[in-house]
Amino acid sequence: MKRKRATLLLEDGREFPGWSFGYDGPAEGEIVFSTAMVGYPESLTDPSYSGQILCVSFPLVGNYGIPDEQPDEQGLCTRFESERIHVRGLVIADYSEKYSHWDAAKSLGQWLQEQHIPGICGIDTRVLVQLLRDEGAKLGAIVPAGSPAPASFPDPNLENQVAAVSCREVIRYGSGAKRVVLVDCGVKHQIIRCLTARGIEVVRVPWDYDFNTMEWDGLFISNGPGNPALCDVTVEHLRKALAGDKPVFGICMGNQLLSRAAGGHTYKLKYGHRSHNQPVRQCGTDRCFITSQNHGFAVDTATLGPDWEPLFVNMNDGTNEGIRHKTKPFFSAQFHPEASSGPVDTEFLFDEFISKL
Amino acid sequence: MLDKTIRKVLLLGSGALKIGEAGEFDYSGSQALKALREEGIETVLVNPNIATVQTSEGIADKIYFLPVTPPFVKKVIEKEKPQGIFLSFGGQTALNCGVELYRSGFLQQNGVRVLGTPVQSIIDTEDRDLFVKRLDEIGVKTIRSHAAATLEEARAAAGEIGYPVILRAAYALGGLGSGFCDTPAELEAAARKAFAFSPQILVEKSLKGWKEIEYEVVRDSYDNCITVCNMENFDPLGIHTGESIVVAPSQTLTNDEFHFLRKKSIDIVRHLGIVGECNVQYAFSPDGEDYRVIEVNARLSRSSALASKATGYPLAFVAAKLGLGYGLFELKNSVTKTTPAFFEPALDYVVCKIPRWDLAKFKGVSREIGSSMKSVGEVMAIGRTFEEAVQKGLRMIGQGANGFVCNKPYKTEDLDWALRHPTDTRIFAIAAAFESGYSVDRIHELTHIDKWFLDKLDNLETTYRELEACPDLGSVGRELFLKAKRQGFSDIQIGRVYHRPEEEVRTRRLALGIRPCIKQIDTLAAEFPAATNYLYLTYNGTKNDIIPSYGSHTVIVLGSGAYRIGSSVEFDWCGVGAVNTLRKRGWQAVMINYNPETVSTDYDSCDRLYFDELSFETVLEICSVERPYGVIVSVGGQIPNNLALPLARSGVHILGTSADDIDRAEDRGKFSSVVDHLGISQPRWQALTTMAEIEHFVDEVGFPVLVRPSYVLSGAAMNVCYSLADLHTFLEMAVEVSEEHPVVISSFIQRSKEFEFDAVADGGRIVAHAISEHIEYAGVHSGDATIQFPPQKLYCVTAAQIRRVAAAIAAELHITGPFNIQFLAHEGRVKVIECNLRASRSFPFVSKILKTDFIDLAVRCMLGEHPAADTVDAFELPYVGIKASQFSFSRLNQADPVLGVDMASTGEVGCIGDNFDEALLEAMLSVGHHIPQGAILISSGNAIQKADLLPACQLLDQKGFTLYATEGTSRYLNENGIPARLVEHANVVELIREHRVDLVVNIPKNFTHGELTNGYRIRRAAIDFNVPLITNSRLATAYIRAFCRLKPEELPVKAWDEYKPL
Repeated sequence: MKRKRATLLLEDGREFPGWSFGYDGPAEGEIVFSTAMVGYPESLTDPSYSGQILCVSFPLVGNYGIPDEQPDEQGLCTRFESERIHVRGLVIADYSEKYSHWDAAKSLGQWLQEQHIPGICGIDTRVLVQLLRDEGAKLGAIVPAGSPAPASFPDPNLENQVAAVSCREVIRYGSGAKRVVLVDCGVKHQIIRCLTARGIEVVRVPWDYDFNTMEWDGLFISNGPGNPALCDVTVEHLRKALAGDKPVFGICMGNQLLSRAAGGHTYKLKYGHRSHNQPVRQCGTDRCFITSQNHGFAVDTATLGPDWEPLFVNMNDGTNEGIRHKTKPFFSAQFHPEASSGPVDTEFLFDEFISKL
Repeated sequence: MLDKTIRKVLLLGSGALKIGEAGEFDYSGSQALKALREEGIETVLVNPNIATVQTSEGIADKIYFLPVTPPFVKKVIEKEKPQGIFLSFGGQTALNCGVELYRSGFLQQNGVRVLGTPVQSIIDTEDRDLFVKRLDEIGVKTIRSHAAATLEEARAAAGEIGYPVILRAAYALGGLGSGFCDTPAELEAAARKAFAFSPQILVEKSLKGWKEIEYEVVRDSYDNCITVCNMENFDPLGIHTGESIVVAPSQTLTNDEFHFLRKKSIDIVRHLGIVGECNVQYAFSPDGEDYRVIEVNARLSRSSALASKATGYPLAFVAAKLGLGYGLFELKNSVTKTTPAFFEPALDYVVCKIPRWDLAKFKGVSREIGSSMKSVGEVMAIGRTFEEAVQKGLRMIGQGANGFVCNKPYKTEDLDWALRHPTDTRIFAIAAAFESGYSVDRIHELTHIDKWFLDKLDNLETTYRELEACPDLGSVGRELFLKAKRQGFSDIQIGRVYHRPEEEVRTRRLALGIRPCIKQIDTLAAEFPAATNYLYLTYNGTKNDIIPSYGSHTVIVLGSGAYRIGSSVEFDWCGVGAVNTLRKRGWQAVMINYNPETVSTDYDSCDRLYFDELSFETVLEICSVERPYGVIVSVGGQIPNNLALPLARSGVHILGTSADDIDRAEDRGKFSSVVDHLGISQPRWQALTTMAEIEHFVDEVGFPVLVRPSYVLSGAAMNVCYSLADLHTFLEMAVEVSEEHPVVISSFIQRSKEFEFDAVADGGRIVAHAISEHIEYAGVHSGDATIQFPPQKLYCVTAAQIRRVAAAIAAELHITGPFNIQFLAHEGRVKVIECNLRASRSFPFVSKILKTDFIDLAVRCMLGEHPAADTVDAFELPYVGIKASQFSFSRLNQADPVLGVDMASTGEVGCIGDNFDEALLEAMLSVGHHIPQGAILISSGNAIQKADLLPACQLLDQKGFTLYATEGTSRYLNENGIPARLVEHANVVELIREHRVDLVVNIPKNFTHGELTNGYRIRRAAIDFNVPLITNSRLATAYIRAFCRLKPEELPVKAWDEYKPL
């Protein structure tokens, strides 16, 4: 197999030469890295990566190929986190074109090709991670050999990524005695599965939909990509809901939007948390959890309103990992209790939410 | 939080290194002791393994070189009165001893708390029935057997379990009558066969071809739980994980599979109530639908040591802290120093562990590997591609491979058989299969190895063919060259394609601008900055993580590589000692080593650790970055010693004795002329290339002769031959004699005493020395011999001769640093048999007995400090040290447990006593002997040996022991007035099997390996039925005298520091 060259170009002009795989075309976006060692099919389809080029620090990628997707009877993906790949490009070190798994239907490269997502391999991902860690997330592009370098690097964080990935209309899933409205900021299908599997009726609404007009027992704010400051519409709707007493639970972007509704500020982290090994501690307890994370922005705990308190804290860097209302059943987690991909140690938060309904 | 009531803790070590329990426990124990010391807790250690780092000064407060058995540990507890005891850092030995002390109520009565995992949890994991029951409680699947007494029952059981099943005959040794059955018809056939062996058969689900996956789990007393690492076996289920090539992290599991098993591990560990570290092993079906828990080890293990090295997460250190009451959130990640220990490492490299076997050393042993361990060591290779890691690893095991490809031809009559039946060399059978055009699918069918691994190996074959397609080295373009390097091809390996020397490949590589990068192991895949000094080299990189800036104040110490028979933990002690001295003297100490079982590869123990190959290419690359003041090659055994000359020729400064002088000692011919020139006597020898020459030489010197071939086809590397017939058999069967492969024949002097001379010299002048004495006559390899120090039966004049000869050699070879000379003494004359200008196996033993650290002195000599000569005179020591060898024959089915000129022991102990008998008894008990209570079987070889044993037999008779003896021996004993019961050869195995004797003394007639006779059956029966065995009349006599004069309960319990030089 003849390999074709490609280059990863950073906004500051630095270049990483490598080999093209997957779709042989250009891609631009914010380059972020993840230290997860498994779960590329899940990560690549996670809408929270919208606008981003993902660098996987673990060098061997593609080992177990890509499964054939068969959406379930509710229209949810069973192997992926959404219907399509959301990263704009993939940067890895050692690509396994030959995969091995009973469940695999195609190689990672074939899948990227089908979905027109460029990949680049042969990169010293460790050097790239160090650079992003030291200098912060950067804009960049995958440039196939022979193609011109992009003239400019538009910042995806200035665009409303949530609007780009949210559903366009109300969708209903499952049935049960209790109904939860799920505000879709770019929801991962596993979150919906975690709710419906617990006998909950889920009403998925677009990010800017005013759910206060609906009947529900609980409100869920999903994960999603980009800058929470661009979702003021959602925050406004949320504030109205917080005036009531019905349970509210948020994950990731949900944590950031709930915090903004609670008067808090959000800010951009230097290079974000994207991994399967983030340690968090439940505030005021000795309970610690290993969590899956994927976020570039964080909540400034000090700016929360007086009725709110931090619920979880990141043990590595002390950043906020969740908040709760001191008296009402409102809480959220910055990490991903639904995992997929990653450790499943905090899935009990769904049970806690449901017990409050 | 720290439990403040614990002020003194007893830690049990694992004793001598043996197959299945090796250096990993020196590493775990050392880490635990360090963790305790950091808390200001007083530490007491019981471990007779004197060659370990943990039994060195400054690690534990009190060290007892005593057997890790309840009687001795009880006495230590009564004397030391610790509040706590750690059982999980000394392998199965410590665990078994601790559980017994707990069950007898002794620990509770003496107020000793078991720290860490509660004993009940340990018992739950050790007892198979309890284990299954406990995991049933949380719905976790285990492997279970259904017993069947009839064909009907077997059929029913198989129906319930589902085909395929495996049948095993109950109560049958060695897997007799076991087999796989895919259908009821096959079951019927196999069951009929099995019932022929045994009245009961066990039916189990066949997990043939399943993946084997492990998780290392840590839990604190607050119920916080993490999995530090998972690992996947390259070989499918059926091969002990210690025998398997293992990769970390797992490579073929999807996210769901990975986390499904991770979650199960955490559930299990919580349910069992582990506090500290634990290992969970799974069988996982290749279709991802099913799993079984194989076992849970509620203690530090071989795998946990590997996981620590693979991730940088110090499992033993953390487990010790958790045992003291800390929560994971209260401890720091010892790599980043800023983030907490509550996290799961993210790797950005792949590691590959490969076992090291020494099966060729044992006659009769099967090369097939399976569910019990036979390997004696292991290596861990780190790379950023699987190909890079596995090729590095295959070189590291030191069995002559250049990597996966470019090796000497793999010889087999039936490649399919070689693929289907796992042996120590199966990976090379896979290489041969690719070469012969087998497809990945076909190899998978035969081996059940996951195709992902096979595809990667196939990449290596492809690259080899691409290289081969280039007409010569000069025509290999940069792209292909780089590709090969990124797949772990070494310079030598590439050179082999074109029959060019390594140096030429290196020149070409440098011309193409291809150099490796130094990368850090930082536990978080670079997510956080870490000032870690844990490093490896990879060609899959574009930038070094670190640029060392110490230069002229750096010294590189080369470690010892994989543990093997003949080179193990003693050289790790030397390496760690050298690093300690360097650091104390203000130098930056850099270690290069790749053995995950060692303390020297603990990044905490040096300034920088390169976990990488000890090859010319790698060491030179590291030198080119580090630009050290010098390199120490003399503390890591033979591997670094062999690098001295090539490194020196490339301009590397070798500290201590010059490379040329090292060569003068290493090269047999050169050394012989040195010895002759100095007028020193040596056994006559010659290197010969034809049978005619050999016969002629033997005519001159007479039998017996010692034969050392340079090219071994099969079997032992060395042999003693007593007759022309012996000589012919050995040379024709086992070795090649040719112009290219000469055979060295030396005259072999019988009944000659052997002495070790360990010393340190400075500029050719000896500054410290120790003469130790073998109990056995020469002919037993010095690594197998029982050694006494100070010598107890050495004539003053012999001692003087030894010293004079050693001084002459030290001066002639301008020795600076450690060295060892082996002497024979016969009829008042000494002869030199070997000289190594490096530390020897007995360095830790003599250093600790003499309380003079030879390595410290040697390093200071090498640094040019000219330390003052040591003043302790060994002849003034008021105590005796005995070093005894540990054998692992029980693990090596069918191997003849006889000692000879080739080393067979896997480990050793060193014990101290106020007199010889005390020290010998302690040492013998430490290597698994039990003092006989009633009856002893004597079966001695020739007339001289019978006579040798006579006084000991008289003593046994006087003490009321019953003596059984085989025909010749019983006649001899009876003739000499000692009543001995005759045992017919036909009944002797039964006598042993029924444990009607509790010691077997069997002296083979001579040292030929051809004695596949009655003697072999006796020896093998003793091993198989676990009756202590002695095969040497000198050792047997010494031991019998000792236990006749002294009862084990009379042995004093004294710590190392209670034995003081005068």
